[in-house]
Amino acid sequence: MNVLDIKDLTVEFPSRQSVFVAVDDVTLSVDAGRILGVVGESGAGKSTVGNAVIGLLQEPGHIAGGEIYLHGKRIDRLPYKQKRLMRGRKIGMIFQDPLTSLDPLQTVESQLVETIRTHLPMSKQKARARAVELIDAVGIPDPAERIKQYPHQFSGGMRQRVVIALALCAEPELVIADEPTTALDVSIQAQILKLMKKLCEERNVAMMVITHDMGVIADITDHVAVMYNGKLVEYGETGQVLGMPQHPYTQSLISAVPRPDIRVERFPVVNYIEAARTPQKQIDISTHWLGKARDYKKVTGPLVRIGDLDMRFETRGSVFPSRRKYFQAVKKVSFDIEEGETFGLVGESGSGKSTIARLITGLYQPTGGSILFAGTDLTSLKNRRDVLAMRRQMQMIFQDPYSSLNARMRVREIIAEPIRFHKLASGNAEVRRIVDDLLDHVGLGTAAGQKFPHEFSGGQRQRISIARALATRPRFLICDEPTSALDVSIQAQILNLLKDLQEELRLTMLFISHDLAVIRQMCNRIGVMRNGELCEVSECDRLFEAPQHAYTRELLNLMPSMELLSRANLESV
Amino acid sequence: MLGFATRRFVQALIVMLVVALLAFTMFRFVGDPINQMVGIETSLEDREALRERLGLNDPLPVQFFRFVTKAAQFDFGTSYQFRQPVSELFAKRIPATLELSFASALFALVVGIPMGIYAGLNRDSPVSKLFLSLSLVGISLPTFFIGILLIFLFSVTLQWLPSFGRGETVQIGSWWTTGFLTVSGLKALILPSITLGLYQMTLIMRLIRAEMLEVIRTDYIKFARARGLPDRLVNFRHALKNTLVPVITITGLQLGSIIAFATITETVFQWPGMGLMFLQAVQNVDIPVMSAYLLLTAFLFVAINFIVDILYFLIDPRLRVGRP
Amino acid sequence: MPYVSNEEAKAAVQGRTSPQAAPGRIAKALDSDLFHSFLKSRITVAAACGTLILFLLAFLAPWVAPHDPFDLASISILDARVPPVWMEYADPRFLLGTDDQGRDLLSGIFYGMRISLIVGFCSVIAAAMIGITLGLVAGYMGGRVDAVIMRIADVQLTFPAILIALLIDGVANGIFGTLDREIFAFYILIVSLALSFWVQYARTVRGSTMVEKNKEYVQAARVIGLPSVVIMARHILPNVMGPVLVIATINLALAIVTESSLSFLGVGMPPTQPSLGTLIAIGNDFLYSGEWWIAIFPGLALALLVLNVNLLGDWLRDALNPKLR
Repeated sequence: MNVLDIKDLTVEFPSRQSVFVAVDDVTLSVDAGRILGVVGESGAGKSTVGNAVIGLLQEPGHIAGGEIYLHGKRIDRLPYKQKRLMRGRKIGMIFQDPLTSLDPLQTVESQLVETIRTHLPMSKQKARARAVELIDAVGIPDPAERIKQYPHQFSGGMRQRVVIALALCAEPELVIADEPTTALDVSIQAQILKLMKKLCEERNVAMMVITHDMGVIADITDHVAVMYNGKLVEYGETGQVLGMPQHPYTQSLISAVPRPDIRVERFPVVNYIEAARTPQKQIDISTHWLGKARDYKKVTGPLVRIGDLDMRFETRGSVFPSRRKYFQAVKKVSFDIEEGETFGLVGESGSGKSTIARLITGLYQPTGGSILFAGTDLTSLKNRRDVLAMRRQMQMIFQDPYSSLNARMRVREIIAEPIRFHKLASGNAEVRRIVDDLLDHVGLGTAAGQKFPHEFSGGQRQRISIARALATRPRFLICDEPTSALDVSIQAQILNLLKDLQEELRLTMLFISHDLAVIRQMCNRIGVMRNGELCEVSECDRLFEAPQHAYTRELLNLMPSMELLSRANLESV
Repeated sequence: MLGFATRRFVQALIVMLVVALLAFTMFRFVGDPINQMVGIETSLEDREALRERLGLNDPLPVQFFRFVTKAAQFDFGTSYQFRQPVSELFAKRIPATLELSFASALFALVVGIPMGIYAGLNRDSPVSKLFLSLSLVGISLPTFFIGILLIFLFSVTLQWLPSFGRGETVQIGSWWTTGFLTVSGLKALILPSITLGLYQMTLIMRLIRAEMLEVIRTDYIKFARARGLPDRLVNFRHALKNTLVPVITITGLQLGSIIAFATITETVFQWPGMGLMFLQAVQNVDIPVMSAYLLLTAFLFVAINFIVDILYFLIDPRLRVGRP
Repeated sequence: MPYVSNEEAKAAVQGRTSPQAAPGRIAKALDSDLFHSFLKSRITVAAACGTLILFLLAFLAPWVAPHDPFDLASISILDARVPPVWMEYADPRFLLGTDDQGRDLLSGIFYGMRISLIVGFCSVIAAAMIGITLGLVAGYMGGRVDAVIMRIADVQLTFPAILIALLIDGVANGIFGTLDREIFAFYILIVSLALSFWVQYARTVRGSTMVEKNKEYVQAARVIGLPSVVIMARHILPNVMGPVLVIATINLALAIVTESSLSFLGVGMPPTQPSLGTLIAIGNDFLYSGEWWIAIFPGLALALLVLNVNLLGDWLRDALNPKLR
């Protein structure tokens, strides 16, 4: 008998205007000691399934149809008290963000002990001992000491281990993990996933892992369920589904995942959703406004030259200079970017890659070193007019589509602002024309100008950001994790757009990401960063086939096992 | 910890010095101190001599320094009205105000906090809605009107409680008089402290309710529920503690300002505190009393806030224990 | 296991994301969640109507009031201390009775409300302007500027409105003497109230500014090259105004209450231009001699006014807070 059986589950959220069906007729099951992955993009309804099982649906959501069975016993219609007793004791849950999952005012020990004693009859002493055992089992060193500390004293990965310990402490039969590694660094992700798999097998616990990341699915799951817009689209053994996907959605989803093994010219696009419009007008770059920048200085040699760049942040200020504490974000980094190439910077969070982007664009002032752009040292420019002239030539696209556009301005104004500020057009009519052209060119259509940012999806907003960046006719474009916050299928579209634009406008690009597979597809040369230092710079293919630095090798090893995915791609291409 | 305390202390000191500067400016430049002290017949030479003797011709920073050092020793000069040392006048009136403020604060906390918690946990119950409505009335009525209504109801109509004065007081130590130790003293305290405390009570209640509603929606409460913890533990050990911690600083600020708000209540109830004295001083342009009141009130306010800040620091482990 | 075909899934997608015809702006506003929650709460609707009526009565006082209590020619001492119309010895000309000078209480209340409201609005606008500007600058500039402004705010907090007004009054007394005070009373009141209330605006705006400052659209604006002032005014300001509205409503209620307290103490509006607080102060003397209406009716009017404004402010805060829904 399966541990968890879900039959024809339907979950609805009634609102004032209509009823939103979040989960539509879904049937799944999980067996003891096995891991089921539920994968889908945002809005697919996968988290809702998890919440429905454990009985924590957000108001006004409710189960409108179907049944849920735990070890053969029906659990979706239980009264409140029994549902509560079931949580923790029979079903454990792990949430995405370990920072906010733990009560900041209680020690780890007290949170563990209270959970243990709520479900299992034992004395405080015994419960404490059990808690220490659990902390040890999840791989935290010095368990007896660390258990007395507060959540903020642990790092992100350690905190997630504590959360896992808490989910397991009452010995549940089923554990639901909702995006358990999304908030963690790539290297930590791998560790946590391994830990989860180990614990699952050791304790014969059934596990349901909800995620949007195909890599996680490929890594640890035995079965996988693919969801799209509330419906279950495909369901089966992981090897089967990933190797020979039946449903077109699954097929396109898998093929949209950037491949780390070879470089393809264009990303295969998921044609299912949100078809991007192709530009209505073909523009002739030689005559069009967009191509007309070019009073820019010609450069011999690299366009951007970074020399011994240094950036130090003050983490603790003091009246006394000797007592101040600093954090070295960037340590003596040097590299060049040739005109027309795409240079990639890859590294984990905290490695300093975003800081470098901000140093180049002038958002931060470097504490040492030089930034040469088209031969001019940006750090030595004092005159505001000179600075502005440089600003025009480089622009940036940011990571978060939801905060990179001013929510109170219309799209047209957002894009027109740099044009007006730098006085690049003569009169309102011309500005209007340019804005319309840009919107068309990034695939949004001229009608989009009227609307406000919140009326667009994440991918569409990134297109607006791209249009805004192009508005000053830059020759250098910095992309800081432009697709990390987007669904895989949308990512493919945006990256294709960037590739096309680069070719057409002959842009030089600095592409920053933590995702090695994406970097491989986009860049000519790549720099690997770690803790503020540049470990290695090399040609794209050479980096992946013959990495020089130990850290690069480590990063490559940590990429989730992609043989299954690679095989799938080869077959469908 | 020491760093934190020192920083706060320095900030408090800066605030006090700025207030002292204001008080000094008032003291020195509004009206002519000499004119206030002598009669009309005094000759010009005598006035000049007096001016010299009092050091009023010295450079300003020197005068300011003298002012501050004297104030630190509780010497605030002589009242124009009463021709007595200001510190003596205050010594007689401070206990009344402080006891009233203390009683009001107690009332506000003891009634406000439980009401706020209840309203936060039971958002939709009719009792909560009642509390909310009452609190609305509480912040809508001006203090003096509440006082008038209470007097009208309990003193004039029902004749249960006195409408003015402090009742009998007992002297403790060299200068403190208390009303806590006599029945009439306690009776006299009831109406004024409710009047003064009502506004604070409703504020605290609404604050705690709002904060509690936010805390209930956090991820760690969700996770606590997902672990099957009983409601009692979730609400009181996790939610309540996290609610009270940020509320402490604001509450401290509010309670600190009770002392200044006491002026109105003292007027309505003819309570012999320093607020009433201040009001009379304003009407009679008695500058030494005014500036002394300023300094004392500011000092009490700053001191209370400093203590509250330290308390907050001790309670929140995120400030106390750093990352290893 | 249900297998969803291409066509079905595509249809489902289209159903979900089909573009709607863009409705007109007013239609959109009437259909919005905000307006619906407004209508659902009957108390709020009542409060809104009540406030509107009171505002209208107050501002149109010169035309609406049955008598002019300031026209010395029309009042007669013989009409003094007339009780409200439902009691013995009443006079139908004076619905709520008269005070010790023979002035009609109802008219006095209308005019008093008018003055209270004008003082309230002016002080709120002044406080908001000071507070928002300082908050923006402190939040955006950070560093020394922020520290200085916050210290000033700290000093300000030690002086509640009452204290400031009393101090200014005392100082003004000392400098100008009591005669001229009446002319300046209005301005002194507005200044004192504005000085004591700006801090809350500043703190809230500063907090929001610090959050917005780190958002990427601000960084994008800096990368474009826009100067700080433009960024603060055009980008940050519209995005931090939300909570300001709620604060302003609550502030209005508080300003009215504070002004009335000050008038009650004798340092607010003088008896020649009485606000509701002044009227209550006048009536206070007659409480014990049985002519309670002289103090109670203005008091009730004050309470009603403030209550309505507070109800609106409460609803506004709950409705605009996305987290509480």
